[in-house]
Amino acid sequence: MANLDFAGAVMSEGGTWRFPPDQPLRLDSGARLDNLEIAYRTWGQLNADGTNAVLICHALTGDQHVSGTHPVSGKPGWWSRLVGPGKPLDPAKHFIICSNVVGGCMGSTGPASIDPATGKPYGLTFPVITIADMVRAQAMLVEALGVETLLAVVGGSMGGMQAQQWAVSYPEKLFSAVILASASRHSAQNIAFHEVGRQAIMADPDWRGGAYASQGVRPEKGLAVARMAAHITYLSEPALQRKFGRELQRDGLSWGFDADFQVESYLRHQGASFVDRFDANSYLYITRAMDYFDLAAGHGGVLASAFAGARDVRFCVLSFTSDWLYPTSENRHIVRALTAAGARAAFVEIESDKGHDAFLLDEPVMDAALQGFLSSVERERGI
Amino acid sequence: MIREDFREILRLVRPGSRVLDVGCGEGALLELLTREKGVDGRGLEIGAAGVAACMARGLSVVQGDADQDLDHFPDRSFDYAILSQTLQATRNPRHVLDELLRIADHAVVSFPNFGHWRVRWSLLSRGRMPETKALPLPWWSTPNIHLCTLADFLALTEDLDVRVDACCAFAGDGPARPIDPTKAFENWRSETCLFMLSRNPPAAGLEPPPASGDLFDG
Repeated sequence: MANLDFAGAVMSEGGTWRFPPDQPLRLDSGARLDNLEIAYRTWGQLNADGTNAVLICHALTGDQHVSGTHPVSGKPGWWSRLVGPGKPLDPAKHFIICSNVVGGCMGSTGPASIDPATGKPYGLTFPVITIADMVRAQAMLVEALGVETLLAVVGGSMGGMQAQQWAVSYPEKLFSAVILASASRHSAQNIAFHEVGRQAIMADPDWRGGAYASQGVRPEKGLAVARMAAHITYLSEPALQRKFGRELQRDGLSWGFDADFQVESYLRHQGASFVDRFDANSYLYITRAMDYFDLAAGHGGVLASAFAGARDVRFCVLSFTSDWLYPTSENRHIVRALTAAGARAAFVEIESDKGHDAFLLDEPVMDAALQGFLSSVERERGI
Repeated sequence: MIREDFREILRLVRPGSRVLDVGCGEGALLELLTREKGVDGRGLEIGAAGVAACMARGLSVVQGDADQDLDHFPDRSFDYAILSQTLQATRNPRHVLDELLRIADHAVVSFPNFGHWRVRWSLLSRGRMPETKALPLPWWSTPNIHLCTLADFLALTEDLDVRVDACCAFAGDGPARPIDPTKAFENWRSETCLFMLSRNPPAAGLEPPPASGDLFDG
């Protein structure tokens, strides 16, 4: 698969990497995934020194289509703002890689894939995966693409968890890490919200114990409710108030349970459009991976010890004032651990009322900080 | 045009050393030290705009403040910790100074001297809080909450058992003037003071062990 993006200026390549049977993915749970497939896209070319590769890690409901046109939704890729000619991540300068996480539903092996052992979709027989498993699969892909070291691993939210995990698991393959609006562990509140989403999916009669695919149905209502609840956590109260307030859809109240308020209609739309592009079981598995994430857990509960091997990695951590899902305090916790570990860390809290989703949106201060950080990293690497 | 206090700090700092600039603003001093002295520099800055500017300069700067964030740095992870014109704006200057000398072998600290004759004259003659070149803001808008005189600062260094390695004074835009801070008239003359401090060596005159060097090597 190869197609032209950016008005034909830059080639984007990609497809699905099928790992041979002798290269299974060994999972933290002790299970093993055979016939691993990782769907990915790349932009730009690896330079002769092999120093310009950048891995972008996507968030919970993101995918490998960072830039260009999304093949399912037809909309621009989720980070077209930052990835493209003349942007902080520029195919003319960088070899940009993004892959769909293992457990996902955009082409990588996940619960909707066919289990080679049974010939049927995995469903709930798919093993539970972790953030470290996702990163292990990415490392396999990066190596398969001929990349030995990464100039940067960049990710927001769950992508930021992966970037941290990269620094812990593969510090020697990493020159820098950019962590946006993230956390080093899921808080009780984070887990609680995810549990609401999972319960909504599992309460849908069409979920069928996770075996809906072989029964020709989809738990769309449950998945939509999960998305609606989650979407509220990505925004902020002031942003919702500014956009919707108490505005009504029509003149007057319906005196019933239609979507009277614009905010209701907006959320319903978010839920309905989400089910077109996302698999309910993937949602269960990926939220579980995030809930299980606790980087310090394997290091005596001391996050700084987890980062001990990453002293030579340069870090950039950004948080947003109105993000209550992964608030500044969680990001600062990462920065303090990096400082204690002696790593080079840059950190700034960006003023925004856009909530957690700010990292995906138009935030000039974030762009400038990111551009500045990447430029300095490039200078140090001689690019 | 290099600021006179920067010029003095540049003179004091050993080439290739590890430097933490606390309250580094937009990173002008850190950039200067990196360029001129090849230091491995880090910064701490409270303002988001300053941190963003530092990032754009490629400096490793963390948003935070001296009162809260120094505690997270490991012992002796720097050769120098610089606190330029900030000590008097911290909530707990004694703790901050103590922390600077925990995380670095040397502390470079500058502050406006409240014992300067203009300050004294302003209080004496007009009975008003002084507004001078070194203290330009009125009392109701100044961030300075713990102003001190040269003599006060010296007393604090004695209290903390801290050694004064070097001391100089600035007036206006003039060059640094090395001073003996124990002389009473310097407390009248010096508008701004800059100290380089270090811990007194432990008992028996033993030199402290060399820096572990494992934090930022390689």
